[in-house]
Amino acid sequence: MIAYIVERLIQSLLVLVAVALIAFAVFQFVGDPVASMTGQDTSAEDIARMRENLGIDKPLLVQFARFAGNVLTGNFGVSLRTVRPVDQLIAERLPATLELSFMAALFALAFAIPLGVFTGLRPRHWLSRAFLALSLVGISLPTFLIGILLILVFGVLLGWLPTFGRGDTVKVGFWSTGLLTASGWQSIVLPSITLGLFQLTLIMRLVRSEMLEVLRTDYIKFARARGLTNRAVNFGHALKNTLIPVITITGLQLGSIIAFAIITETVFQWPGMGLLFLQAVQFADIPVMSTYLLLIALLFVGINLVVDLLYYLVDPRLRAERGAMERGV
Amino acid sequence: MTAAGHRGLLARALDSDIWHSFRSSRVTVLAAAATAALILAALFAPLIAPQDPWDPGSLQLIDAFKPPVWDEQGTWRFVLGTDDQGRDMLSAIFYGLRVSLAVGFLSVLFAMAVGIALGLLAGYAGGATESVVMRVADVQLTFPTILIALMIDGVTRAVLPGEAHDRLAVAVTVFSIGISNWVHYARTVRASTLVEKRKEYVQAARVIGLHPVLIMVKHVLPNVMGPVLVIATVGLAVAVLTEATLSFLGVGVPSTQPSLGTLIRIGNNFLFSGEWWIVIFPGVALATLVLAVNLLGDWLRDALNPKLR
Repeated sequence: MIAYIVERLIQSLLVLVAVALIAFAVFQFVGDPVASMTGQDTSAEDIARMRENLGIDKPLLVQFARFAGNVLTGNFGVSLRTVRPVDQLIAERLPATLELSFMAALFALAFAIPLGVFTGLRPRHWLSRAFLALSLVGISLPTFLIGILLILVFGVLLGWLPTFGRGDTVKVGFWSTGLLTASGWQSIVLPSITLGLFQLTLIMRLVRSEMLEVLRTDYIKFARARGLTNRAVNFGHALKNTLIPVITITGLQLGSIIAFAIITETVFQWPGMGLLFLQAVQFADIPVMSTYLLLIALLFVGINLVVDLLYYLVDPRLRAERGAMERGV
Repeated sequence: MTAAGHRGLLARALDSDIWHSFRSSRVTVLAAAATAALILAALFAPLIAPQDPWDPGSLQLIDAFKPPVWDEQGTWRFVLGTDDQGRDMLSAIFYGLRVSLAVGFLSVLFAMAVGIALGLLAGYAGGATESVVMRVADVQLTFPTILIALMIDGVTRAVLPGEAHDRLAVAVTVFSIGISNWVHYARTVRASTLVEKRKEYVQAARVIGLHPVLIMVKHVLPNVMGPVLVIATVGLAVAVLTEATLSFLGVGVPSTQPSLGTLIRIGNNFLFSGEWWIVIFPGVALATLVLAVNLLGDWLRDALNPKLR
């Protein structure tokens, strides 16, 4: 067990170092900062002194160590577009993205599991067929189009919900939240549906196929033979056993929710990290881009690690297999 | 059975398993028809479009914001209405399909070329080469495609001066989508190559002293192409979708060569003033294309998979 955890930790660390190297390389090879600070009449000694001050006359390895040190202490440089420290920019935008992603995941799970169970239990029911057909359409509709359609129907035609921004926010410490005001709640409805819809279809299909699989197993037949109620069989025995893959996929999808937030935030002008990143891409604002890359990498690697370890804890078969392997059986 | 040998290729194709499974699925036939119609519309856009939407001379401002034909104010001249400059939406969609499909096909080809080359190399060479390629693939696979495409686009924007970037925008888009999708091809090709290289025909080729590159390309490659075609079909849908998303975000193809995604981005500006047709019709075209190609890919996967027969 401990050997497995250590192995996974080292793997994760390697990935992070690799991403940091890429971020560093991008920093390094994209534009020479000295060239943009000097004119034609700057003397060679001045240029050499500036290079020394910036530390870019040192060997690459030393520079990378410095870069890594800066990153570890939260110093990500200054945004070229807004001329403000990147860590400040990110700290301002992070709460908006996390709240949006959380609500989207909640929305997806709240609908996906009941729908998946229903379509799994009653595969021939006309409603199940309708849900499945809809989910295929849902997968083919790009996120931004779903957002536009929702804005058109609920914002423009019906006028029920706001279509851009976060509404009023309240500061709780450093965290600015929109979940404590009525307009904040109204504002988050359409973006979180837009962001969560794809995950909803994915998780629904997963729960359905897992349910179909589990319902064919012997222990379900025996449970029925013992005269247990349908409810106890379906929810106590069947659903419980479908949850491991569901947990895994949901966990892994959390990362892509945050990535796809870039699109949703653009459609709804949601002031989160995704919008910040997109502006950075458009303006070639390298410090913001590489910081975002590092953050996302940390997040993805972290989620992957936690999911793997959880999987290992939840599923006794994996532990048994591995144990057998280690004993050389 | 000798008669089979004398019949034409077409007749044999019409009698094959694949054709029967195709004919027996109504959804697939419909999807194939829709895909074919959209591809034809894109190919022959200059011939069938009522107007050249990107020739300023053909635009009349007096025609601006005409609603579709079924609206009271619509006319048959502009079946799907016009945009703010009096551009016929139907023609704009035909031309947009051209760009979307061209970028889609090119990026699939690019991803395929990179993926097949690296997959063959990894599978055939083994050892350190294999572990480096597959590690990189694993790491890349943990990040969503769209994020990698955005990242590559941003970096090229920083590397190239602004004017050069605009000129190369289509190539940059193809490059970013291709690079973000090579992994699936590489993994599949490597897996099949590992199986193929143990077979006798490969050993025979080695014994007669053929160059490894020749063995990989002429002998192994044709035998690993089946699954690649399935991935490429689904990959086309993914590529078209990614291109549309990039263009919608304003970092894909430029607005001088608008794709469906660009049209949707432009139309998005008129959402609140009630001119919904400027955004909805390109959206419907995009969704139809992606859905149809996805359905075709699903069918192809089942049809080529002998386990499901």
